[in-house]
Amino acid sequence: MGLVVEAKGLKKYYDGVKAVDGLDLEIGEGEIYGLLGPNGAGKTTTILILLGLTEPTAGEVKVLGYDPTREPLKVKRLTGYLPENLGFYDDLSARENLLYTAHLNRIPEKEAKKRVAEVLEIVGLSDVAERPVRAFSRGMRQRLGIADVLLKDPKFVILDEPTSGIDPEGAQQILEMIVHLRDEKGMTIMLSSHLLHQVQRICDRVGIIHRGRLVAQGTLGELGAVVEEGACLFEVRTSRVDEALLGALRGIEGVTSVEAEGELIRIKATTDVRPRIARAVIESGAELVELKGHTYTLEEIYLRYFQE
Amino acid sequence: MTAVFWKELADHLGSRRFVIFFFLILIVGGASAYLAAQALSGRETASEFIYLNLFTVSGGGLPSFLGFLAFFGPLIGVVLGFDAVNSEFNRGTASRVLSQPIYRDWWINGKFLAGFTALAIAVASIILIIVGLGLYIFGFPPNGVEISRIAMFFVISVIYLGFWLSLGILFSIVFRQTATSALASIALWLFFTLFLYMLAGLIADQVAPIKPGVSADVFAKHESIRDLVLRFSPVALYEEATTAILIPSYRGLGIAALLQEAAVPTSPLPLGQSLLIVWPQLVSLVALTSVCFAISYVIFMRREIRST
Repeated sequence: MGLVVEAKGLKKYYDGVKAVDGLDLEIGEGEIYGLLGPNGAGKTTTILILLGLTEPTAGEVKVLGYDPTREPLKVKRLTGYLPENLGFYDDLSARENLLYTAHLNRIPEKEAKKRVAEVLEIVGLSDVAERPVRAFSRGMRQRLGIADVLLKDPKFVILDEPTSGIDPEGAQQILEMIVHLRDEKGMTIMLSSHLLHQVQRICDRVGIIHRGRLVAQGTLGELGAVVEEGACLFEVRTSRVDEALLGALRGIEGVTSVEAEGELIRIKATTDVRPRIARAVIESGAELVELKGHTYTLEEIYLRYFQE
Repeated sequence: MTAVFWKELADHLGSRRFVIFFFLILIVGGASAYLAAQALSGRETASEFIYLNLFTVSGGGLPSFLGFLAFFGPLIGVVLGFDAVNSEFNRGTASRVLSQPIYRDWWINGKFLAGFTALAIAVASIILIIVGLGLYIFGFPPNGVEISRIAMFFVISVIYLGFWLSLGILFSIVFRQTATSALASIALWLFFTLFLYMLAGLIADQVAPIKPGVSADVFAKHESIRDLVLRFSPVALYEEATTAILIPSYRGLGIAALLQEAAVPTSPLPLGQSLLIVWPQLVSLVALTSVCFAISYVIFMRREIRST
């Protein structure tokens, strides 16, 4: 698997303020990579550096094998970028806006017309192609933005906050489109977001960026494991909670803590003690309603990182 | 670059403000030329260069066409330029366009060229309409000398308006807000068209005060200082340059020429000689335009393309 993005020790200072501070990033071919972080963490700056739209203060970057500062055109020819605050020429129609992009990409006129029609079809805007963009809703603009990115048939797509400010249904459509791009066209996709549950659904790998540094990186499972080193968390729901039961649970070998919260009991242990928990509950005379091992949601992982 | 050029040109020619300013200048300029033509055709002895007089003679209380163009022309230049770049940033189109595989300078060169072309089209059509008006009133066509001098006048006018265009574009790069760059351009316009004339007189009065009974030397000094200050203004440069072009017998500038007038024949000069007289003014105009463009270019090439 080739690397689409390779960044080492990336730094970008603005008048002494460190926007990106020693960032290492690697994205493999065919991946959907989520760049997460709070506002102002350096996500957009990182993206601008990858596209050669701003120069890094220090560090090395390679995008598809080219240095974006020295060979921006080669990078931009192969990379599609959906900016955060997406803008179109309001007086022009959707089709005219896309045709302009096609001309900038030097796609021949005949081919351009065909491609524009195609991408409009993909994002479902064929019906409104002749309308001026002024009348478009935020969701439609975003979809038009994706059409704009697809127009040049990129190998690598960077989406900056693709779903922010869009209603859940629209966001869902966009997420599906993103997965579709990877599956059908084999594109590598990098998206930045602070909307965790969405990223969680579609990303193969995520990187958490905080104060200009990548504080964690990996699949969701890996990140969860990092958060709780060697610890297992179980949630037990019973019909009745009393001190005797809690005492019995605490007595199980390997259990490090037991907390009750109404009918929900949270148990931390060093190993998988689920069979013994079940027995302890039954023996106490209560009924076992639910017993599950807890997997971390991205939100928890994320919060965990920023608490530290 | 051609894609940017054609789009920007289409935007300019279709934009409401361009049309408004075009018709403003057309109506005012046309009226002054018409009144000039009335005044000219009423004269006993016809001037040798009646078509040139059309642009320089004022009639019926209105200033000459030349005066109008020197005063209002800058506005049309500024109006085409003042939001060329910052509005693209504010709308969020800049980051989309510049993430396409085009060099940054293509984009801004395309904008400059399109602005120049729009100005050239506007000036050419106004001049042609005035010549047509002359044809209608006088009933005979302009001669070769007149045509070549009018063509030269056209070129100088486009350069002059081009200076204001590039000033507008420079401000549109320097200032993030379109309102700020518009106000800054207008402020500079007022300074050059009004205040510098007052200031020049003031400075000359201070350095070489004219009291009753002073020698001609002091007069000459007073005038040369005034001219020196005025030549910082593109408006004054333009007026001097076009005066020499449109009045073939014009031989010199300032008081020296005035004092010697009796001794110098008033026969018309060939175009080449007229050009020689105002060559410094022409070079300065071109230089001012290029300097504005160069500064814009340098700032823009290093600018970070962020869509906020």
